[in-house]
Amino acid sequence: MNSQLWDFSGGIHPAENKVLSTRRPIESSTLPERLILPLQQHIGAPAEPCVAVGDRVLKGQTIATVSGTLGVPVHAPTSGTIEAVSMHPVPHPSGMSDQCIILIPDGKEEWIQRTPVEDFHTLDRETVLQRIRDYGIAGLGGAGFPTNIKLRPPKDRKVSTLILNGAECEPYITADDMTMRERSDEIASGLRLMAWILRPERCVIAVEDNKPEAITALRKATSGTQTEVVVIPTKYPSGGEKQLIQILTGMEVPSGGIPADIGVMCQNIGTAIAVSRAIHRGEPLISRVTTITGQAVSEPGTFDVLLGTPISHLLKQAGLNEQAVDRLILGGPMMGYTLETPDVPVVKTTNCVIASTAQELPAPPPEQPCIRCGMCAEACPMELLPQQLFWYSKAGEYEKAEHLNLFDCIECGACSYVCPSSIPLVQYYRAAKGEIRVQQAEHLKADRARERFEARQARLEREQQEKEQRRKDRAKAAAEAQARKQAEAEKAESEDGPTNDRAAKAALVQEALARKKAKTESAGSAGPAKETPAEQEKPDLEALEKQLSQATAKLNTMQSMLNDAKAENADNVEKLERAVAKNHDRVKRAETALADARSVLADTQTTDS
Amino acid sequence: MALAQQSSPHARRARSTSNVMLWVILASLPGLLAQTIFFGWGNLINVIWCVVLAVGTEAAMLKLRKRPVMFFIRDNTAAVTGLLLGLSLPPLAPFWVSAIAVIAAIVLAKQLYGGLGSNPFNPAMVGYALVLISFPVAMTTNWAEPAILWQGAPSLADTLATMASGKQSAVDAFTMATPLDQYKHSISSKTAAEVLTHPTFGDGVARGWEWVNAGFLAGGLLLLAMRIITWHIPVSFLAGLAIMSLAFGSNPDLYAPLSMHLLAGGTMLGAFFIATDPVSAATSHQGKLIYGAGIGVLIYLIRTWGSYPDAVAFGVLLMNFAVPFIDHYTPPRTYGHHKARRGIPTKSQG
Repeated sequence: MNSQLWDFSGGIHPAENKVLSTRRPIESSTLPERLILPLQQHIGAPAEPCVAVGDRVLKGQTIATVSGTLGVPVHAPTSGTIEAVSMHPVPHPSGMSDQCIILIPDGKEEWIQRTPVEDFHTLDRETVLQRIRDYGIAGLGGAGFPTNIKLRPPKDRKVSTLILNGAECEPYITADDMTMRERSDEIASGLRLMAWILRPERCVIAVEDNKPEAITALRKATSGTQTEVVVIPTKYPSGGEKQLIQILTGMEVPSGGIPADIGVMCQNIGTAIAVSRAIHRGEPLISRVTTITGQAVSEPGTFDVLLGTPISHLLKQAGLNEQAVDRLILGGPMMGYTLETPDVPVVKTTNCVIASTAQELPAPPPEQPCIRCGMCAEACPMELLPQQLFWYSKAGEYEKAEHLNLFDCIECGACSYVCPSSIPLVQYYRAAKGEIRVQQAEHLKADRARERFEARQARLEREQQEKEQRRKDRAKAAAEAQARKQAEAEKAESEDGPTNDRAAKAALVQEALARKKAKTESAGSAGPAKETPAEQEKPDLEALEKQLSQATAKLNTMQSMLNDAKAENADNVEKLERAVAKNHDRVKRAETALADARSVLADTQTTDS
Repeated sequence: MALAQQSSPHARRARSTSNVMLWVILASLPGLLAQTIFFGWGNLINVIWCVVLAVGTEAAMLKLRKRPVMFFIRDNTAAVTGLLLGLSLPPLAPFWVSAIAVIAAIVLAKQLYGGLGSNPFNPAMVGYALVLISFPVAMTTNWAEPAILWQGAPSLADTLATMASGKQSAVDAFTMATPLDQYKHSISSKTAAEVLTHPTFGDGVARGWEWVNAGFLAGGLLLLAMRIITWHIPVSFLAGLAIMSLAFGSNPDLYAPLSMHLLAGGTMLGAFFIATDPVSAATSHQGKLIYGAGIGVLIYLIRTWGSYPDAVAFGVLLMNFAVPFIDHYTPPRTYGHHKARRGIPTKSQG
């Protein structure tokens, strides 16, 4: 009995080559001289070492921790001594080196205190999720996404279908196949745990129909439960998350979204076992099952490997023929990448190493022109137009490539596989994606710089305008004052006649003083009022004197500043010169005012007497 | 241990362009066999002559363009262009007419556009259309009279002599108008029954032609089965032609009947071998359907109301013009998207 299945578009049927590594049961790899444990074996922040060089560590002991939310710790795969924390080549398409903890095993396999949990129902979900994180579990399928985070989908996304991905559609790889054959009970128990956390309506283990032994074992392990073991047709890339979801549910993961958006979650077979061991055995993730295969090894097989074991060590165990090997592929022949050195370690995501001969996977023939045959589009599981993407990627017309959904490409390699012109299509897409990302980053940087610049310009302009406004206001006030003065002078003239000049001036000053007084009074509110005119005039004279001295002082300061500026040839000389001139005027005005006031005062006094 | 560095995928299917072209050549053999049996040595001689000339011209052009000669010759595409011309030209066409067609196809339509993969028009059909327009007499009067190869057909020597003589028209005794031509020109004054008494029609649909079309259909089905071509273009091509015939020409006393359209001209060769030339065809499934249907419709229009008896070349070339446009508006809907993104990107879509 099988539930309803859907087909996905495209797909290919490459030679499987799986028999090479399924003839023998899973074999434990021998203990290497050194274990190399990269601090980053997962998506997220790298872990930070919490042990010192020379420390003795026990099997399962945490040797690196993660402080942020995205990331998982690293554990010692066996007991031994920390030899170093240093840069070492790690499995990465670029062949780069990264920080690794180097551990020298002592061969005693001395465990830390383990705390197995018989019945996980006694724990709460948070505790289980925390343990999944603390025990270093990140997806063993390839990306290495921290499992505890994946098992905690966004609150508004209910996972109704939990899929355990046992498709293993890539040729050569048999790690999941062998695991399913031999460890189906643990898989079932891990799935139960995850199902308990997520409470889905449906639990599915999907296996391609080329793994009959695995299917039988899983059916046995899940008999009597609601878990469905669904057999799907063998077609690459049925194990791609998006394709598997389509096969099993008929739904498509929205572009740019995650499976939880449509209520689905996929987990890897190895991850299920790691979860089960973390809870039921109290063991952190310190080993995984990895296929070592290819025609350049005499005894290909599937190995249970301690994390950190150098691939060179495994290859030796599998009988590598150093003369015959042409390339070392980490992963499968469709999506794996070639290694520059076999010294890199097995990490949490290492599922397969292929040591191939030149006859087995020959170098591609030279690229020929695209004849638009469309076989790539027939093979594309994402329903893209690979040939158009190729032209646009090659021509650097990235906008058009993006328009044709370049970023939906899962880089499965089906298009390159079928291309009769031997065009490395995926390579073009990767290059174009990289280029677009760089451009976007630069664009973002340029945008930010522009925003900053524009903000600064706007601020300067605003300041300039405010300054201008102030200047205008002052000019207006001055003009008004001037006009008033003139009007008053005219008035006084018309009243008193031009003959009584002094008296008129005196009257003017009186008036001005009265105004000023009124102003100070009103400003100082109920101050002691009623002063005699004589009393009024006297302090006023003082005020004028004070004003003059202040203005003179200021002028002096300005003058000295100007001199300094001139000496230093500073760029504010001009400004200072203007300021000095202004102050000079001010001093002159104050002097005139004072002189006027004095003469007026003298006059009034004489008139009074 | 020197390890090879290679970008994924590491495995590839062993079907090269040259392999694909070889299969196209092999798949055309049933049709060529039928042509030879029913119309004499002419087509076979034409095919050999055109293929040799096409490959030679291609090599010369590659040399002129300073391109690796053997690298491109080995892709077999020039041979296919020569083959298609040899199969479609009149069996007794003078040697220089075929030569002009082949040279125009390879030089003008293919190499001057940048060689393999860069030509917007089907090279063979450019060559064919050129000679059809330039030498209408040579292209209409050299269709061999249907006869069984070993019963009354001109001998190999006679055929060679005729083609090599260089005369525009071959000896009348050897030739006969094509069934489509005959029908078109006599139906205006006769009834269908009267028209069909002409020896060119024979007992079935059209003597010899029905077998030739059956041969190309068989070869086409082989290409389909091998997934070298997809069904979209041949099916929409034939459907377009059939629907037009049924809709507008169902009266055999006025127009050639559907059976004549499907089996009496270059229809099957066109549908499975010519229109499916990937370089100049539309690319998406939907695009291929439009492209094929367009050719079928145009062929009917030109055959029925145009001045040429057959129209595969014109139908294909006219739709070649439309391909960039079709391609822009027929991308498939990508997985995870609500709808296809048609047209060319605008700034707002980023």
